[in-house]
Amino acid sequence: MSILHTTINPRSAEFLTNRDAMLKQVEALHTLLNQVQQGGGAKAQERHTSRGKLLPRERIDRLLDSGSAFLELSQLAAYGVYGEDVPAAGIIAGIGRVEGVECMIVANDATVKGGSYYPLTVKKHLRAQTIAEQNRLPCIYLVDSGGANLPRQDEVFPDREHFGRIFFNQANMSAAGIPQIAVVMGSCTAGGAYVPAMADEAIMVRQQATIFLAGPPLVKAATGEVVSAEDLGGADVHCKISGVADHYAESDEHALALARRSVANLNWRKHGQLQQRLAQAPLYSCEELYGIVPADAKQPFDVREVIARLVDGSVFDEFKALFGTTLVCGFAHLHGYPVAILANNGILFAEAAQKGAHFIELACQRGIPLIFLQNITGFMVGQKYEAGGIAKHGAKLVTAVACAKVPKFTVIIGGSFGAGNYGMCGRAYDPRFLWMWPNARIGVMGAEQAAGVLVQVKREQAERNGLVFSSQEEAAIKQPILDQYEHQGHPYYSSARLWDDGVIDPAQTRDVLALGLSAALNAPIEATRFGVFRM
Amino acid sequence: MSALQITSVLVANRGEIACRVMRTAKSLGLTTVAVHSATDRDARHCREADICVDLGGSKAADSYLKIDKIIAAAKASGAQAIHPGYGFLSENAGFARAIEDAGLIFLGPPAAAIDAMGSKSAAKALMEIAGVPLVPGYHGEAQDLETFRAAAEHIGYPVLLKATAGGGGKGMKVVEDVSELAEALASAQREALSSFGDARMLVEKYVLKPRHVEIQIFADRHGNCLYLNERDCSIQRRHQKVVEEAPAPGLSIEQRRAMGESAVRAAQAIGYVGAGTVEFLLDARGEFFFMEMNTRLQVEHPVTEAITGLDLVAWQIRVARGEALPISQSEVPLRGHAIEVRLYAEDPGNDFLPQTGRLEVYRESAAGPGRRVDSGVSEGDEISPFYDPMLGKLIAWGEDREQARLRLLAMLDEFAIGGLKTNLAFLRRIIAHPAFAAAELDTGFIPRYQEQLLPATLPLPAAFWSAAGEAFHQSQTSQVRKDDPASPWAIRNGFRNGLPPQTLLALSCNGEQQVVNLHTPSAVLRDEQLLIEQDGVRRQHLAIRRAETLYLRWDGELHSVRVYDPIAAAGASHAQTGGLSAPMNGSIVRILVETGQTVEAGTQLVVLEAMKMEHSLRAPHNGVVTALFCQEGEMVSEGTVLVELT
Repeated sequence: MSILHTTINPRSAEFLTNRDAMLKQVEALHTLLNQVQQGGGAKAQERHTSRGKLLPRERIDRLLDSGSAFLELSQLAAYGVYGEDVPAAGIIAGIGRVEGVECMIVANDATVKGGSYYPLTVKKHLRAQTIAEQNRLPCIYLVDSGGANLPRQDEVFPDREHFGRIFFNQANMSAAGIPQIAVVMGSCTAGGAYVPAMADEAIMVRQQATIFLAGPPLVKAATGEVVSAEDLGGADVHCKISGVADHYAESDEHALALARRSVANLNWRKHGQLQQRLAQAPLYSCEELYGIVPADAKQPFDVREVIARLVDGSVFDEFKALFGTTLVCGFAHLHGYPVAILANNGILFAEAAQKGAHFIELACQRGIPLIFLQNITGFMVGQKYEAGGIAKHGAKLVTAVACAKVPKFTVIIGGSFGAGNYGMCGRAYDPRFLWMWPNARIGVMGAEQAAGVLVQVKREQAERNGLVFSSQEEAAIKQPILDQYEHQGHPYYSSARLWDDGVIDPAQTRDVLALGLSAALNAPIEATRFGVFRM
Repeated sequence: MSALQITSVLVANRGEIACRVMRTAKSLGLTTVAVHSATDRDARHCREADICVDLGGSKAADSYLKIDKIIAAAKASGAQAIHPGYGFLSENAGFARAIEDAGLIFLGPPAAAIDAMGSKSAAKALMEIAGVPLVPGYHGEAQDLETFRAAAEHIGYPVLLKATAGGGGKGMKVVEDVSELAEALASAQREALSSFGDARMLVEKYVLKPRHVEIQIFADRHGNCLYLNERDCSIQRRHQKVVEEAPAPGLSIEQRRAMGESAVRAAQAIGYVGAGTVEFLLDARGEFFFMEMNTRLQVEHPVTEAITGLDLVAWQIRVARGEALPISQSEVPLRGHAIEVRLYAEDPGNDFLPQTGRLEVYRESAAGPGRRVDSGVSEGDEISPFYDPMLGKLIAWGEDREQARLRLLAMLDEFAIGGLKTNLAFLRRIIAHPAFAAAELDTGFIPRYQEQLLPATLPLPAAFWSAAGEAFHQSQTSQVRKDDPASPWAIRNGFRNGLPPQTLLALSCNGEQQVVNLHTPSAVLRDEQLLIEQDGVRRQHLAIRRAETLYLRWDGELHSVRVYDPIAAAGASHAQTGGLSAPMNGSIVRILVETGQTVEAGTQLVVLEAMKMEHSLRAPHNGVVTALFCQEGEMVSEGTVLVELT
């Protein structure tokens, strides 16, 4: 057993500088999340509650077991995307425990644009369903939405990953035995009507919920029939006459209690088998993570200092510690669960890539979940390395990552650039969850490199045409690129577009990973079959 | 007279008195025998006895009132003596006779003395001869309404109807006006018949502002009779004693002697042997009138024991053995002051309706000098509807009345009962009342201070809810899944990523509900004490978790807190319409309406008997009886719909 010993001095000036820089970013994140939490704002919330309805977050809190964690996803969805505020993309999604069962909860926020579906609302809903499907989490939809955002119908309705996919997913998850429960607590019109209709069980709140394919205005326009929303598709109609819904609730509270009963009756079992231990705190405080990441992103740091603050007892059994040292691999326990960790400690060389592939094979062989701690600028470049087959060695790592069927978790704790993103289980490699720290940056390459490459290209072009390439011209080309890369590489930019599942406070990394690991155990850990490794 | 051999005693009773008698018997080295009904098989008096004998049955009439079964039990267990306790057969001359006929010893007075006092009317005639002062009244044999109407007219209203064979408030009614007489008489007769097997009544002047002062007497078979001072039992609720104390505050030595000597004369007039109590009404001028003599050990005997240092049960056994009383009248001690309260399973907020159910929490006050608790139950016991709902008595002794009173208050504060309603808080309010502290006692005390003793219930304060939330949350066992034992989801810290933790609890208590948001821990639960610190002052509240219920003591009352269940609440709101249900377990005595009958609000529909008291089910509104779901004589359980009214 090897315990990681820290070489960090929390009293050093360097540590304090780093901590201050990180804290500033964490505080900014908290401020932003708090803002997002207010949904559509005080006025809209008051209008909502005056009708006897609970706010979406109150609904979730009442639905959950008291004191249950709520692992919220994509809180920054749609942040700064539409030129208008659409907090959390108007939909709250996350995992929480209901009657002892981890469930995926998707709740429309009617205080945000009437809960209508923007393109990113759809994307977030679908992402929540994907997580539910991969991890076999029963789904509870708290429906209160006007349906698709009509002005943006072209970005919402027709494509494969658009609105229709929600119901496709419901049908297929239901087929796979993943329960689908809908609680209709407001409008549920047109396409939205299929959320409860496609659910295994549906609950409706009297005098609040309505389900219909066409609302009263459309009915009147189409057939001339004049009918109230309640008579057209209220709880009385659907629970007593049509049978579209199964349970009749007097209030939001009643409806949520009925949803809890539905979950209590699921006879739910978790299938993931891991040899668990008693959880043990790391030897070092999670808050010290603030002082470990250098304020200057160009400065390296020993990723073992991070691992020491995530894993049980700071015990880390390293694999091939002396070989391919820029990729740290090793086994540990996190909150009692065995995990296999791959963490960057510099640029990826051929040896490191081979070591990573080997280590992933071990984890898959043994059914141990993988955790990737990304801080990678990319694979080593240069003639020597190309000749050494860095591409095929990198491919081995990418193959291993792509094929690994054990649950994968990725945390981007620094840079996530180029093929390094692939080799370290970026979004395209289907990690069960992917989180970013506020200091992280993501992009095809670093801003400086991208600007440098473009300047180089322009300069060569100019020189080919016999022109002089001035330093002013260089700056004029470089600065916008730097600005653009910085803007697009920022975790908020990423999170707003659902490239990740959320930006997290580094001090909560262990908690978030532990909750994710446990949630993932709802699905069986499948055997892996790897593709051809180019030797 | 040769000394009789007593090595084994059977107690023909249950509850606290059975336990109390057996305690002395054991201390004297005697074998104790308990008898029990089928319901009481595992009751505390059985657990504390050396030998238990099953009488079968549940109702008193089928068990504790079965003379032949009790004598057979004594024979079977080898008991030589039978102690009757109070109530049940304690004042049944036939029982005393049957015991003697069986060659056993009755730990009570001779049957003839019971007979003499058993009929109140005859007793009064006897007392008149013995020179004991009496209240004007009618004690004749004729029992028709006309006779009572005439007698009441003659005495002058208000009058008091009493069962000739009765005691303990059963079959007793105050009649303010002639218009109420007929119904009151009929009801009192029914109660008397079911309680004592004898419907005969007497009527007396209802003395205003009286005090109830009684003399404990004790007589041996050698012609000695002592009075062991008095007890003041003026704090009564509908003629049921609630608080008793000794000595009676303000009673002069002369009055004590005059009453004591009257009591001794009364006892001697009927050849009394053993422990007995002569009850007097003491009016505001200091005049006293004989009310009745109880030919048994009284519920409130411990206050006499506390101020005299005597063990009356031990004396009963010694007298039964033929021993002479060990002291003379001048040697009877009177030291300090003692107060007793009777603890009942009843709901003071709902007309003192007796409560049935399980004692989920039952904690007695700590033992200590000057403190005594006589009880017949323990935690986990069921309180059945078949018997008197008294759980026990708290007795405090002090150098003076105030010390005893404060000690009793402390004991009441320590007592904790959860699972069913009790009169604990009501008792506390009486003992804490300034008028009680000033010893301003008379039988009108409780009605006079009704509003303070039974205050309207106020909504529970915010501080209560947050304390309840903390205690509930901290006493919650975490939900560990067997298929994922290490899961961080079982930690109930309300984790939110990037946001402050959030733990919501929707709780209900006393019919109120509240959503509690546990932001910052404001209280710490340590074992069963919730420690709440505010402005540097830390106070503790008893907090006991039992399955899904938290019992939290707040302002002297133990509140039961549960998670609010919106499904049950929605169900209850639907069930409310139409049906009128039994307020408690009991048997249907009379059905006063028929299907199809139109009734006005307040009309008596059904009379239910439970805990030996009659309870009327009345129409809550004008309407028509659409269905009846019960029959006379039928046993019904609480919540059973009896009448449907539209």
